[in-house]
Amino acid sequence: MTRATLARLFAAMLVLTVVISVVMVQIDWNGTAGSEEADDIDRLLDVMIVLSAFVYSIVLVMLGYSIWRYRAKPGDESDGEPIHGNTRLEIAWTVIPTVIVLFGAAYSWVILDDIEARQPDRLQVDVTAQQFAWKFEYPDADVTSTELHVPVDRQVEFSMQALDVIHSFWVPEWRVKKDLVPGLTTHVVATPDREGSYSLICTELCGIGHSTMRAPVVVESQDDFDAWLAKQAKAQGGKQPGGGAVEEPSQEAQQGESIFTEQGCSGCHTLAAAGSTADIGPNLDEVLPKRSAAEIHQSIIDPNAQISPGFGASIMPQEFGDSLSDKQLDTLVDYLMSSVQGGK
Amino acid sequence: MAAALKKPGMPRALLGALVGGALGFGLVVALRAISGLPIFQTEATGYPHVVVPGISAPFGFLIGLGCFDYWFRWAAGAPTVPEDHSQHGARSWHDYFKFNTDHKVIGIQYIVTSFFFFFVGGAIAMVMRAELAQPGTQVVDPSTFNGLFSTHAALMIFVFVIPIFAGIANYVLPLMIGAPDMAFPRLNGLSFWMLPMAGILFLTSFFVPGGAFDAGWTGYAPLSTGAPLGQSFFNLGVQFAGASSVATALNFLVTIITMRAPGMNFWRLPLLVWANLSTSLLVVAATPFIAGVQFMVLFDRALGTNFFQSDAGGDVVAYQHIFWFYSHPAVYIMMLPGFGIISEVISTHSRKPIFGYRLMALALIGIVILSYTVWAHHMFVSGMFSWLRIPMMITTLLIAVPTGIKIFSWLGTLFGSVLHLYSTAMLFALGFIVTFVMGGISGVMLGMVPLDIHVSDTYFVVAHIHFVLFGGSVFTIFAGIYHWFPKMTGRMYDEKLGRVHFWLTSVGMMGAFVPMHWIGMEGMPRRVADYSAQFGDWNLVISCFAFLLGAAQLVFLYNMIVSWRFGPRAPANPWRAKTIEWQVSSPPPIFNFPEVPRVVGGPYEFGVPGARHAIMPGEGAEVREPEPTIAGTRT
Repeated sequence: MTRATLARLFAAMLVLTVVISVVMVQIDWNGTAGSEEADDIDRLLDVMIVLSAFVYSIVLVMLGYSIWRYRAKPGDESDGEPIHGNTRLEIAWTVIPTVIVLFGAAYSWVILDDIEARQPDRLQVDVTAQQFAWKFEYPDADVTSTELHVPVDRQVEFSMQALDVIHSFWVPEWRVKKDLVPGLTTHVVATPDREGSYSLICTELCGIGHSTMRAPVVVESQDDFDAWLAKQAKAQGGKQPGGGAVEEPSQEAQQGESIFTEQGCSGCHTLAAAGSTADIGPNLDEVLPKRSAAEIHQSIIDPNAQISPGFGASIMPQEFGDSLSDKQLDTLVDYLMSSVQGGK
Repeated sequence: MAAALKKPGMPRALLGALVGGALGFGLVVALRAISGLPIFQTEATGYPHVVVPGISAPFGFLIGLGCFDYWFRWAAGAPTVPEDHSQHGARSWHDYFKFNTDHKVIGIQYIVTSFFFFFVGGAIAMVMRAELAQPGTQVVDPSTFNGLFSTHAALMIFVFVIPIFAGIANYVLPLMIGAPDMAFPRLNGLSFWMLPMAGILFLTSFFVPGGAFDAGWTGYAPLSTGAPLGQSFFNLGVQFAGASSVATALNFLVTIITMRAPGMNFWRLPLLVWANLSTSLLVVAATPFIAGVQFMVLFDRALGTNFFQSDAGGDVVAYQHIFWFYSHPAVYIMMLPGFGIISEVISTHSRKPIFGYRLMALALIGIVILSYTVWAHHMFVSGMFSWLRIPMMITTLLIAVPTGIKIFSWLGTLFGSVLHLYSTAMLFALGFIVTFVMGGISGVMLGMVPLDIHVSDTYFVVAHIHFVLFGGSVFTIFAGIYHWFPKMTGRMYDEKLGRVHFWLTSVGMMGAFVPMHWIGMEGMPRRVADYSAQFGDWNLVISCFAFLLGAAQLVFLYNMIVSWRFGPRAPANPWRAKTIEWQVSSPPPIFNFPEVPRVVGGPYEFGVPGARHAIMPGEGAEVREPEPTIAGTRT
């Protein structure tokens, strides 16, 4: 093998590297970028693509050349050259990859520090996850919501807790992810820089409703966000009177509906009155009209006592008897009774 | 009838399983009666009436089959039948269903059993891809779907990839080092028979209330501790699979260290032997961790302990640390034997010594050491203490270096070779390089914390694991099966069908697994029965290629069965290889060698005039012993 062959092989590797890199860097593999963190992570990905293209080109060119050049003809019983190794070459392919991966590690470390740095003016949002629903609390405004609203261009720190099993917080456009772990409070920061509607996706297997455990995310201007927050505060303030004001029936229904959505019922059950359309559990508009209040009460706290045909046992969480107060349970049962009778 | 039930064998084994199950059930009933508990009430997740027989019935089966007969007799002081060799060799297919101590029979038992579970796991994958072909729910409901992907992974990992490597090595490793059998033949037989116990336990979980275990093969607590009964079958199945692989690994270690033929020093070991030495070092030290953590889950479920109950002081993240302390080394347990196979195949079918043999062996040891230091890269977003991410990232990326050494050494071996491309084993070996390097590259990306944060628990991870486990391990398995098929069966397989199998498999795997990277990066999480409509088109494409991939395996099945039965007789050494297993007849004689061979050189001395690896019995006197050569010396 001549020096010229080696030079040609090396040229082929470089050309292939450039071609693969140029094509692959053009594509937005990670989809729309919607946060400052996303830009950092996408840049790291592009660097990795170029390095990987180089390594993969070496492999493909060497493999392709060997197959093309050294392919045996049928009946050829000769042996190859008895080359046992080449110390300089072996040192090279130990040292060069080491340098490349250490560079990758160092660069990743820099980016990691960058995307996890806390800004002093960040907005605080508390996130609670349970099978199969998300809940967001804005501690400064005393507001609770099942939709996540955040202002654009301001860092948000999410403090997160899980009530039952592990869940994971991911908005693909923001590129950040963190598990919510029972018994721990975990934190993640994101700085959304693109207004629009997104989805929060649970990425840790959490049971039967895992694939539908999502929440709407709205990134809006600071003004719109403030307006939304004020509206929520007003609505919720009205719903949770401090004293013994007489509760209107409609208020009770509203309370029932908020329990229904906040406790995650709407993540699995269809109920026209609450606007939910999930089909993991039985359709409540169909099964409830035949039931008494006592039966509904029992089905909430002990779901396996009576199982609708077509659904397996233990699909529904068993701990609502503990997590709901008696008053909440009564409100929920009343709400369900009135909702389905209204539909009849 | 009574006689059949008295002597070791399948009838007595089935009786043993019944008796074992009944004893377990009776024990639960009796203990509950004594302690004043309601006798037949089953707790929400404990189900002692099923879990205890789930342990005792498999033991009853193993005892009935005769796995323990010798030891029981010996322990009781009764006369034993030491070495009448009645349990060696297989005269008919019936003998494969008996307790056997012949490493070659056990090797076949392992391989056929593992392939059975491969086809079951593959069929499960086909059902999953049918469901995922379109958004929404069409074929199976979300609960069944979660059970399907969990059992798919458990079957493929614990009762296909890990044990089939043990099976291949069981067959060829003693022959390669010039040993008459494994060091502990009876333990070897027991190791094998624990394997179907694991697979049957996994599959039984489909038939219990609540359905198959559905917390993923990772079985993260507390999802697993609160799951229905099927989860206990996973906890128990892992114990049998784990005990099986630990016993086999000990057997390999002792065999390799103590039973090498004279002259077989460590620098003359074929790289398959090096690879299994490394793998065994991983298995014996790491596997007890998964056994332990699954027991902890079982105790949380059945006995009310609180290892992973956070509201009772348990630690949820601890599960993941213990689990991955095994399960990351496990990915090398599933890869290193394959590296060994590839070295044998590439050297033999390209007629060249392995380039940089000694560095190849050292790279294996490097991987073993590093693989114990990277487990938390599965937990970058898990909420563990955050400083650990940086050192784990560095070690994770460094492990690419010894892996790269192996790839470059294979390429160096191919350079200047006489490359026999018509052999199916070689096609799979070369295909392995193309696909495994892609899996390695996505692995390096996953090792970088910021990228991992974005893609962890997405289809990118599904793509990565299938590139390294299918494009990696399974390709090496096929290479190994085709390479040693003539040796094991004494028949040649059909190369034309082999090529069809290779090309359909390659096209199917690329089409099925490459787009998974893209949808994962764009936002499709893994382990979902349903997904957002934007991914519908790609999922349809993936499903179509997955069906092609599944169909391709039927070609393999047909080729193997028909060739085994009707293929042309294989010569002793169809590939003109140098290692010892090819110097005996195909299939080898019942005790391998009439006399132990003498090893006089490296295993891959292709093209070196007059060089030999071993001198076989019977050719000793007239063959002049050449100057000893050692693989890795410069010529």
